[in-house]
Amino acid sequence: MAEVTYLEALRQGLREEMRRDERVFILGEDVGRYGGAFKVTEGFFEEFGEARVIDTPISEAAIVGAAAGAAHLGMRPVAEMQFIDFISCAYDMLTNYVATARYRANLACPLVVRGPCGGYVRGGPFHSQNPEAAFLHTPGLKIVCPATARDAKGLIKAAIRDDDPVLYFEHKYLYRRIKEQLPEDGDLVTPIGRARLALEGTDLSIITYSAMVWKALEAAQVLEKEDGLHAEVLDLRTLLPMDDAAILETVKKTNRVMIVHEDTRTGGVAGEIAARINESAFEWLDAPVLRVTAADTPLPYAPTLEDFVLPQTADIVSVARKLAAY
Amino acid sequence: MTARPAAAGRKAVAGIPAGLGRAQLLELYYFMRLTRSLEERLANLYRQGKVIGGLFRSLGQEADSVGSAFALDRSAGDMLSPLIRNLGSLLVMGALPVDVLRQYMAKATSPTRGRELNVHFGDLERGFIGQISHLGDMLPVMAGITLTFQLRGERRVGLVYVGDGAMSTGAFHEGMNLAAVRRLPLVVVAENNGYSYSTTLERQTAVPQLVLKARAYGVRGERADGNDVLAVYDVTRRAVDRARAGEGVTLIELVTYRRKGHAEHDDQHYVPKDELARWERNDPIDRFVRQLTDSGWADAGELEAADARVAGELDAAVQAAQGEPLPEPASALEGVYVEPPRQAAPWQREVTRG
Ligand SMILES: Cc1ncc(C[n+]2csc(CCOP(=O)(O)OP(=O)(O)O)c2C)c(N)n1
Ligand SMILES: [Mg+2]
Repeated sequence: MAEVTYLEALRQGLREEMRRDERVFILGEDVGRYGGAFKVTEGFFEEFGEARVIDTPISEAAIVGAAAGAAHLGMRPVAEMQFIDFISCAYDMLTNYVATARYRANLACPLVVRGPCGGYVRGGPFHSQNPEAAFLHTPGLKIVCPATARDAKGLIKAAIRDDDPVLYFEHKYLYRRIKEQLPEDGDLVTPIGRARLALEGTDLSIITYSAMVWKALEAAQVLEKEDGLHAEVLDLRTLLPMDDAAILETVKKTNRVMIVHEDTRTGGVAGEIAARINESAFEWLDAPVLRVTAADTPLPYAPTLEDFVLPQTADIVSVARKLAAY
Repeated sequence: MTARPAAAGRKAVAGIPAGLGRAQLLELYYFMRLTRSLEERLANLYRQGKVIGGLFRSLGQEADSVGSAFALDRSAGDMLSPLIRNLGSLLVMGALPVDVLRQYMAKATSPTRGRELNVHFGDLERGFIGQISHLGDMLPVMAGITLTFQLRGERRVGLVYVGDGAMSTGAFHEGMNLAAVRRLPLVVVAENNGYSYSTTLERQTAVPQLVLKARAYGVRGERADGNDVLAVYDVTRRAVDRARAGEGVTLIELVTYRRKGHAEHDDQHYVPKDELARWERNDPIDRFVRQLTDSGWADAGELEAADARVAGELDAAVQAAQGEPLPEPASALEGVYVEPPRQAAPWQREVTRG
């Protein structure tokens, strides 16, 4: 066992897949000699060479489109967005071309698009985004959002092996802040579509993913200490396809559910989860499903503003109290 | 401090190029010095942790931003849109150093009220539109600005900056093509500074010169030494005049060099040392100072006075900006729409905090 950061775990996963399968290659801006803006692919250029770690021009549509073409012929491309905010430049390629390839043309499209998402880093409106909701609405894509170092590694490996296109959203706030003991050998793969119980509880359920898992766990500690409440925390890990069974199980167990995400509120992932719960477990609920999310604004730069707009541990605590008292 | 040759004495004033007068030469000098010194102040504040986000430098590229923006006619209502390294162009258009400091420090008093960072701000009155991070996006926007000039029959000109890297985006291509096809009064300044982040020009584009792309769009192409402020002014001025006369788009490649890393955090280890040294010797401010004094267009005293003016203005600006507060948290919710829409489901703060 060795202690590795979320970032290093992701790097290990990528490296292991590149060693395991020569069809895997990386393309993106500054991923080669420079090793990527956040150094995720540091050392790859030296180990795998220029042909498998490709520096591209600043052309996200071409990066994703080229990945799709390569994937059709049996390659396993991993495309990096320097910041996930720039995935919007490849939105057409992803939603129109990539997502429909199998359905409309029986074309295999086993590619991964990954990149740093998320706020709490004073990055302003264009270096902090969480674009999952924009893609959740697109049949044909898969979306994973690791919260732990283990899943950062396990999900990148699963994403690369998956036969469908996978969007892998890694949270830049977690890169160097989250550490975990991971086995040095063995094949650590996190199955796509499977949630993880991050904390067992009985009084209420917090359904969440990505960096918010850590805020939910913090809130659970406060609730336990100050209110004697035992919150359960479900880390979804995969958003598409969603682990409905795990969601139902926690609903049936605690009968009180809240959903927490960092993305904005209207049209966010929480709405979809709430609808599913409403449709299949209404009679199990003792309270309305509540949400903790960012406010419906672009994400501002100033610390005072960013902290106000983004969900904080205190928000989770106060909504949980409301939920428990309902 | 720049090393300057001894005062040239009573040398005769040789013919000043590009139709400029002595006062304008001093203004060009002032703006280049202001740009460099403001960034040096920002670098200090950055090291003290007072700049909230990243810091992007234009060291060695001041002539490119200042000389090109100077070619616009502010009184005619010309407009430009900068990129991250075009601080100098904003200062020429009348942006206040104190506002730039406020932006970097995310102050409530900043032009974007703490919402956006660094030089991502605009001022329609002063004639500039703030960029967003997504590279290339300002090209279509400036096409729309200049389309409006054209539709309204106004003799105004637009100028937009694009980096050697940003030229690879789809948005750049589409905006460029639209502007070309409509013969819009737009000057496109392509800054070839050798790098986009760590990526060298050869890995960014297969053409050896950015100006070659002009032909593909059917627009006029020009290329100039971006570290020679008078050459920059001259080439841009001619493009601006043509645009104003209805002759459409010019793509100008300015050859310059990014002397710092992509941002302050980047140690630019991928840059060959001799390359850096070579460009240090080609510093645009040093060159202009030599030109001014050797030709007798300005004397050392005038340049020192300009330096003193810059230092004094920046002292005051830094002092003013530092003491100002960050924005009120709840102000984050204002101004997403003209009229706030009614929300079906209120936000958690409204539910739990009354
Ligand atoms: C669409 C898009 N993709 C990626 C980025 C990340 N990025 C920011 S600046 C930069 C390099 C820009 O190079 P260039 O256009 O040459 O401008 P320079 O930094 O040299 O002034 C990159 C890749 C971005 N801002 N926008
Ligand atoms: Mg460049």
